[in-house]
Amino acid sequence: MSGVSLMKEIVEKLVKIVGAEFVSDQPEERYIYSMDPGTMPPREPDIVVIPGTSEEVRQIMILANRDEIPVVPLGAGLVLSGLSRALKGGIILDMKRMNRILEVNETSRYAVVEAGTSQGMLQAYLKKHHPNLKHSAPDAPPVATIAGNVSIHGSGHLSHAAGFHSDMLNGLEVVLPTGEVARIGSCATSPYWFSRAPLPDLAGLFLGWAGTTGVITKLAIKLYPNYKYNDVGIFVTEEAQLIPDILHRMTGTQVAEDMTTWMTPKPDWARGFLHCDINFGANTKDELIWKRNLIRASVQEYIDQKVAGFMPLPPAMKQPFLEVPARTLSRFADVRRGGGFEYVGAIMPVDLFPEAYKVGLEIADSLNVNYSLGSRIIGVNHCMMFFYAYAFNRADPADVERAQKALEETNRIVVDMGGIPWKAEAPAQKEIIRKMDPNMFDLMNRIRAVLDPKGIMNPGNWEED
Amino acid sequence: MQYEEILHRCFRCGYCKLPGNYIDFNCPAYLAFCFETYSPGGRMWLLRAWLDKKIETTDRFQEILFSCVNCGNCVEQCTFPKFKDQLLLAFMAGKEELVNAGKVPPAVRDCLTNYQHHGNPYGFARKKRHGWAEDLEVDRFSEHEYLFFPGDVGSYDSRGQEICRSVARLLKANGISFGIFGADEVSDGNEVNAMGETELFRYLAEENIKTFNASQVKKIITLSPHAYNAIKNDYLQFGGQYQVFHYAQILAPIIKQQTYKSDVPPMRVTYHDSCYLGRHNGEYWSARTILSSLPGIQFVEMDRNMQNALCCGGGGGNFFTDILGRGANNPARARIREAAETAAEVLAVACPLCAVVLEDAVKAERLDERIEVKEISEIANEILDKAN
Repeated sequence: MSGVSLMKEIVEKLVKIVGAEFVSDQPEERYIYSMDPGTMPPREPDIVVIPGTSEEVRQIMILANRDEIPVVPLGAGLVLSGLSRALKGGIILDMKRMNRILEVNETSRYAVVEAGTSQGMLQAYLKKHHPNLKHSAPDAPPVATIAGNVSIHGSGHLSHAAGFHSDMLNGLEVVLPTGEVARIGSCATSPYWFSRAPLPDLAGLFLGWAGTTGVITKLAIKLYPNYKYNDVGIFVTEEAQLIPDILHRMTGTQVAEDMTTWMTPKPDWARGFLHCDINFGANTKDELIWKRNLIRASVQEYIDQKVAGFMPLPPAMKQPFLEVPARTLSRFADVRRGGGFEYVGAIMPVDLFPEAYKVGLEIADSLNVNYSLGSRIIGVNHCMMFFYAYAFNRADPADVERAQKALEETNRIVVDMGGIPWKAEAPAQKEIIRKMDPNMFDLMNRIRAVLDPKGIMNPGNWEED
Repeated sequence: MQYEEILHRCFRCGYCKLPGNYIDFNCPAYLAFCFETYSPGGRMWLLRAWLDKKIETTDRFQEILFSCVNCGNCVEQCTFPKFKDQLLLAFMAGKEELVNAGKVPPAVRDCLTNYQHHGNPYGFARKKRHGWAEDLEVDRFSEHEYLFFPGDVGSYDSRGQEICRSVARLLKANGISFGIFGADEVSDGNEVNAMGETELFRYLAEENIKTFNASQVKKIITLSPHAYNAIKNDYLQFGGQYQVFHYAQILAPIIKQQTYKSDVPPMRVTYHDSCYLGRHNGEYWSARTILSSLPGIQFVEMDRNMQNALCCGGGGGNFFTDILGRGANNPARARIREAAETAAEVLAVACPLCAVVLEDAVKAERLDERIEVKEISEIANEILDKAN
């Protein structure tokens, strides 16, 4: 059967599974789904499908596996590093219709959601029905999906308190490439989705794999107290080498929920300064003041030495720093009036902060790109996600190329420095593999061969040349 | 194409798909079709690709462009202040390009042909335009304070005619001096403009302006928020300058001051904001003032209200072209489900298009036993009859 005939047959079968209105092989969908907002070149899928249930996903996987059609799961398409492009054609599985919030356990503080549920949708649902609870939302726009962010080891507004979003995962329902539906975590043996322990932790088979091992259809995530009173402090210094110790001291108090740093040449008043935002909350005003004082005391020595200090912030100025997610972040894409920005998010030890910062400035300077640098602390200073964001003008190929070069250069340096690019685009994955223990890579391939014997899951990712 | 310089500046962050509280998708076309191509950002990038000859003028492309119902949610929610106000204008410019090329969906073509030949989207005779008023004592406009402009749906649609009569009755009962032009007026053209047929819109607007000016019209009350939008904002460019009011703006201060002789049974009511009153013109309070002033009303808001209201899907010509279809993801059906969740027994509207579209959705959702769509003058007449 020719490729065209096969795809025609596949379309007909997909229509029977999900309905004609949710299958497209039209040029418009193939074009739009060929890229994300980042700099990775377009790769067209043959078909876009929008399933509505786990059962539909199961049937699609059986079909794709039978005919060896590549399948690429897609959340909101905001990964920016092109992970949800169909590098070898095939089917893009747009998960947005699977957006039901299935359960919120108020006492045990977890939520079970379908994989297409967006961050914003859960946030709004909790605000309305469970105002004392919240989840850790990333800085991504609110259409970003919870499953997508968990599966890439995302981080967010509670990551200092509770780690990566994958650390906050209680369980999964996945459809394997061969069509079996598997539950992982407590939900595999219990009606409750309370934990991944004490069973063998198979969730790792689906976290950080860039969709190459299966399709997540449901997941449970931990929820946290939503404090009545919330505050933010911004600690500022000009000396990058102080930052690791400043963060070490402040995280040591363990009273904040989120700690991030940011360095940018705009606005002018921010140029040259390193800002550390400390977000914290409390149930009472007294508790809030107590926490504020604890954080201040931890860095009092630097304040006394006059090498760092807290920025005075009137209440009105605090609001944008308390907003989750911050709407203004997307505006960085318009810095060059061109609708584009991309970033390397490098997971690395906090010790490397000064070097990471220096490298960011040097790359931006050498390639003349608009930059925004920063980091989010994961856990109690256990590591950080250091980001190098570069804006570009989508309509100017030379500018896009400049941003691409900046990213490539950053990825290479990050790996050499001892960091690991987060949600790495396919070329950056190869950089990581270059440095990776060969036995780990071999193990990855053996695991994939078992889970996905025909290699249909997002092929082109986590592969050597 | 006008505004093409902003198309590539969309980052596709997706705020435009949502209301301000993020509770669900809020772009009607995206809700109905689900594909990214039907989102505002997808449409921006597709238009850019089309101009760059990467995409051809297919039926699908036409459907994608004309599925935009001009609700303005994308403008309201877009995070890019430097070009957000031009989003809808860019989509309208894209439609205009297709109209000029003669490549539009058949339903759009037929609708525009009716406007061109008959001055209305139905293809009905112009002389029947005053049919709604035949059993009412409504004057032809001469020296009245206001011209009452019923618009296409109020003039021709049987449900729209009922609403038109109800509003006229309430205006008369409250001593408002108004007259009508009947067959001498044509469509306000708001949907024609939204569908990108700018020359036909100009023709319709100029026809009305000639009629209005010949009778020295100064103040206009519109039945439809769509007509309100066109006459208030778009007729200015053709020399038509009037004080334009939606009927709720006239009635709100009057009803607010009224007293009532007897109690009436309680009625739990929620309100659906019309996009052309709300997001397009910032008018959120007149209808709410009327409802909150009436005795017996227990008012409850839906999750998506005011600036964040979900459109019924009837704008941008879709009321007549039905590009969005009638499936379960149709925005009107989603809106009815949302209204029913409030446990309201009545969904109040201030727009005849919203009324017709949402009533169809009640039937499609089989919620007839739980909720009823009523236009606010109908609610007011009903309650005032009981209370006085």
